[in-house]
Order: sequence, then structure tokens, then C-alpha cells
Amino acid sequence: MRVAKRILATLAAAATFAAPAMAQDDTVRIALVVKALGIGFFEAAAEGAQEAADELGNVEIIYTGPTDTTAEGQIEVINSLIAQGVDAIAVSANDPDALVPVLQRAMDRGITVISWDSGVAPEGRQMHLAPSSDALIGRMIIQLAADHLPDGGQVAVLSASATATNQNTWIAEMNEVMGDYPGIEVVATVYGDDLADKSYREAQGLMQSYPDLDAIIAPTSVGIVAAAQAVEDAGMIGQVNVTGLGLPSEMAGAIESGASQSFAIWNPIDLGYAATMIAYNLSQGNATAEAGGSIPMGRMGEVTLDDTMSGAMSDPFVYDASNIEQFRDIF
Amino acid sequence: MLKRLASSREALLVAAIGVLLVLISTRFPTFAAPSNLANVFNDTAPLMILAIGQMMVILTRCIDLSVAANLALTGMVVAMLNVAMPGLPIAVTLGLSLALGAVMGMANGLLVWKLDIPPIVVTLGTMTIFRGIIFVISGGDWVNSHEMSAAFKAFPRADLAGLPVLSWIAIAVIAAAGLFMARTALGRAFFAVGGNPNAAVYTGLDVGRSQFWAFTISGALAGLTGYLWVARYAVAYVDIAGGFELEVVAACVIGGISIAGGIGSVGGAVLGALFLGVIKNALPVVNISPFWQLAISGTAILIAVAVNARSTRSKGRIILKRAEQPA
Repeated sequence: MRVAKRILATLAAAATFAAPAMAQDDTVRIALVVKALGIGFFEAAAEGAQEAADELGNVEIIYTGPTDTTAEGQIEVINSLIAQGVDAIAVSANDPDALVPVLQRAMDRGITVISWDSGVAPEGRQMHLAPSSDALIGRMIIQLAADHLPDGGQVAVLSASATATNQNTWIAEMNEVMGDYPGIEVVATVYGDDLADKSYREAQGLMQSYPDLDAIIAPTSVGIVAAAQAVEDAGMIGQVNVTGLGLPSEMAGAIESGASQSFAIWNPIDLGYAATMIAYNLSQGNATAEAGGSIPMGRMGEVTLDDTMSGAMSDPFVYDASNIEQFRDIF
Repeated sequence: MLKRLASSREALLVAAIGVLLVLISTRFPTFAAPSNLANVFNDTAPLMILAIGQMMVILTRCIDLSVAANLALTGMVVAMLNVAMPGLPIAVTLGLSLALGAVMGMANGLLVWKLDIPPIVVTLGTMTIFRGIIFVISGGDWVNSHEMSAAFKAFPRADLAGLPVLSWIAIAVIAAAGLFMARTALGRAFFAVGGNPNAAVYTGLDVGRSQFWAFTISGALAGLTGYLWVARYAVAYVDIAGGFELEVVAACVIGGISIAGGIGSVGGAVLGALFLGVIKNALPVVNISPFWQLAISGTAILIAVAVNARSTRSKGRIILKRAEQPA
């Protein structure tokens, strides 16, 4: 694995040195800098970036990053990209602050700099593309449950710990939009503390306390897997649908068994595609990054920026039996 | 005889569990149904197995904080092995998890025995090392249910005469441990070594060696539980059973095993684990705020320790009181 990473890194470095000679004058060179090479999630993002490049025609993607997830490694990579004079850098940062000086230097040289997935502090980039927003996630998790309950029904939430900021925000956003789902009743919110055994027990408790329960929403990757296992063991597949936020590699079994009809998480391919589109449009002057403004991102629509110059790409992507095979090996 | 029975820790615990069940039934009637009680027993099986191992260690005046990490590491190893060789028979997996756990327990035991390091320090260290090794071998990745073979996952849930295999394993371990503690020289040595190490040396017992074997048994049981745990929850990752070692120690303390060593029984450890298991399974269904749940678990442990301290005091001091009175 490590050897493979080294070779990849060497190849990437070689490619970056060779690139200037081969580059045509009208080619827009966009560097996709990731947290580390060899991670499925980012390989998939690079695939999306390539898709955007093919669509745009005159774009060359430089997919690069350090061999381990350190800010120092990314600074080195970015320095070499500046030396090559790329047109744009789209970075998923290992540290929000450590990369600011080097990225400012890049911007001083006229390079378009954006961050995506994992952001950089506002002064170190022109804009940040977040995979999704709290409001979109909150609506998505209840939508996932409602999709399979046309006649309404009882749902319960299995969260991480009672003090988890992310989950509490998403659940609050979900409760905001409950009015749009008449007939769906949230009967309980329980906490599995992101422990497999406690989440499993809480899911069992939900099924006992609410015999008519139709769905369990778990907006946490540990909880959703444990709940699916509890439903499977209790022989409740078909009666209780487990949904929420999870990773395809971890949920493939639950989709196969039918314990989960569908779940959501951001799609790395779309994310790489959108980041590339934004970087292209900014570097070519097709759009400018300003608070309240919007930037087109091809088939993904437009991203609208807020006061911190960051925007959300889209709803979390829904995974079900139709596409789980494609994504289970990616991340 | 009757008085001794009434004052014994085991009888007290059985009564406490009974009262608990009645209280829960008033809020959630089906909890005390036989099928649900079987579920609770099955859910508590890992805790009971670990508590029995921990009991032996505590009896010898030691403590094993690495059991949960041992469980997680063994679980990860057998899960990864299962992914690599799905055809491996379950018997081999079981044997391997026992052996791997025992080796980790031996590491603890050797450090305590040969280097004379305090057990709490040794096991705190190995606990972190074991968790670290899991990260190294797995690279931080999960082993997920769809990657494990069907037989691997099915074994602990297979139904045997109405109870899952997991429950039967717990019952077998309880029976074997009961026999071992009462009828073997080593079992009796654990009591002797913890009760009075000096006297134990004079009777020809090697204190360090007894402690080594207690750690080895505790490790082997933790390893066995590692496979059962991973198969039951169908997932293996670095943090599984995080913090579980404290629950195991709590079960022992509630079960009347003296932290000072020398006092305890298999029955106590099992009932202590069951007491915690009933609480853990009841809390989700009786609708209590998650913040109260923690407070309730903590209170139960404190009460148990207080009762323990009261019952082990007395004696010796009576003489002093008499001596004081005339003055």
C-alpha cells in the first residue's frame, strides 16, 4: 500500500514536472489537491473532475496531493503547482489555517483558488464548496423516510450522543420542515452515542416501545449500521425501514438484506465535478466569487455564496439497490 | 443458615434484580416476558463472560483494563481473516480468538509477574497498544457486514433449544468457571493469593504465577468475546466496545467482588453483569432522558460499592471499641 502510494506520488510529481512542456497555450490547467492520494473518496472525486474536463474540452486536470494527510505535504504540493503556473487550484484541506499563506501566494500570482469538501479559512481562498448544508440534510433525512411511507406512519430518530452538534442541528432542521410531511409522526429521539452495541440496543428498544414503528432515521454512520442489524435480527425487515446518513461501503449489506431501502451521503463524483466547474468558471472570468452571488457548475446547477463566501453543492445523494454496487467499493 | 443466605451478596442481587424487573414491568409490561428476558440474557452474555475473567484478575489483587481493547483487536483480526479466507471453519475462528486473546492476556500477566509493574499501569498501557494495533492492521477502515461470510455472522445467533448460541456459550463459561474456581488448585490459589499474599507464599503458592494465569484466562475470555461481539453486531472498527472495560469492572464491583482482592464468586460476577444488563436494556424502553440514564447507571454502581464497603468493614474494630469503652 505504502509503496503503491509512493509510486503514485512520484508519478504525480513527474507528471506535474512534465506538464508545462506538454501544455497547450489555450489549455486551462486545474489542479485538484486532495487530503491524501489513494483514498477511494478522492479517487471518485477525481473521476468527477475528469468528467467535467471532458465536458469542457480544453481543460487538463492535475490530480495530486500528499501521500499522508498532513498540511505540510499539501503546502509542498501547492508550492510546486504555483511554480508550474496552473490556472486554478481546488483543494480539500488537511488544516483550515496552515494552508492560508501558501494559497494567498497562489492568488497573488493570479491563480484561482477554491476549497471544497474540507474548507480553508476565508482569507485563503476565493470560495468554498461544501457538499451540502444543514438545512438540506435535515430535509433529506425525513424525505428518505417519507418516500417509503405514502400513507404516513411513525418514525423515530436514532442519533449519536445527546450533545453531538452536527446531529442536533440536522434534527432541528428536520423538525423545521415536518409541516410539509403530514401523516409522518416522529415518536421518539434516542441516542446510541455512536457505539455499535448501545445503538443496537436503542434500536431494539424503539421496536419494542413502538410496535407500529415504520422507520428509523439514523443521521450517523455508526447508528445506521447498528439499527439495520437490529432490524434484521428482530425479523422486522419490510416493517421497519432504516434510513439516514451512512457510507455505501458500510451500508451495502443492509441494502442487500432489505433492512434499509435507501440512505444518503454526499456524492464524491458530483463534488469533484462541481469543484472543477467552479474553478473553471472563476479562472475564465465567466463568474466572480462575491457574497450573495452565484456560480454555475454545469449539470449540478448553481451554487449560491453566503457571507463567508461558501456555498452548498446540493442535497445529499441518495443510495439504494440501484446504485449501491457502483459506490460500495469507492468509499 | 437462612440468615446467611439472606445476607449473602448473591441473594441480595437476585432480590434487587427482581425488584428492578417489577418496577420496569409497571412502566413496560412486556419487559418481564420470558422471551424478552431471554433477549436480555443474550445481550448481557458478553458482559458476563468478561466479568468472569475480570473477577479472577481482581481476586488476585490485580485489575485488567485492557479487556475491551483485547476484545476489539481479536474481533478485528478474526473479521479481517474472515474477509481474506471466507471458507475458514467457525471452530478454527473460535480457537484462534481464544488463543489470540490468551496471548494478549499473557503479555499483561508477564509484565505484572516478571517486571512487577502495577497491574493498572500495565493494562492501561496495553489497552492503548491494542487499540493502536487495530488501527495499524486495519488502516482505520471498517470491516462491514457484507464483507463477512454468512456462517461467520450466523454462529452466535444460531438457535439451539430456544436460546441463541451466544447465550449457550455464556452458560458454558459460567459453569466451567464455577467448577474451576471451586474444584481446581489454581482456582483456589486465586482466592489465597488475593486474600493474603504473604500467607500464600508460605503455603508454597507463587503469587506472580497465579496472577499471570488469571490475566491469561481473562485475556482468553476477552478474545472469545471479541469474535462473538464482531459477529453479533456485524461490524468491526477501531472503537468497538470503547469504554466497555469500565462496565466490566462495574459488574464485578456490583457483584460483590472486593477490589482489595480475595473476596468474590462466579455467581456474584454473573449477577452483577445481569443487574447492569437489565438496566441497560430497560432504559431505552422506559423513556428516560439520556442524561438521566448515565446518572442512574452511576448511582447503581455507587450504591453497590457502599454496600460492599459496609459489609467488609466490622470485625477487627470491635476489639478496639471494647478497648476504648472503659477509658
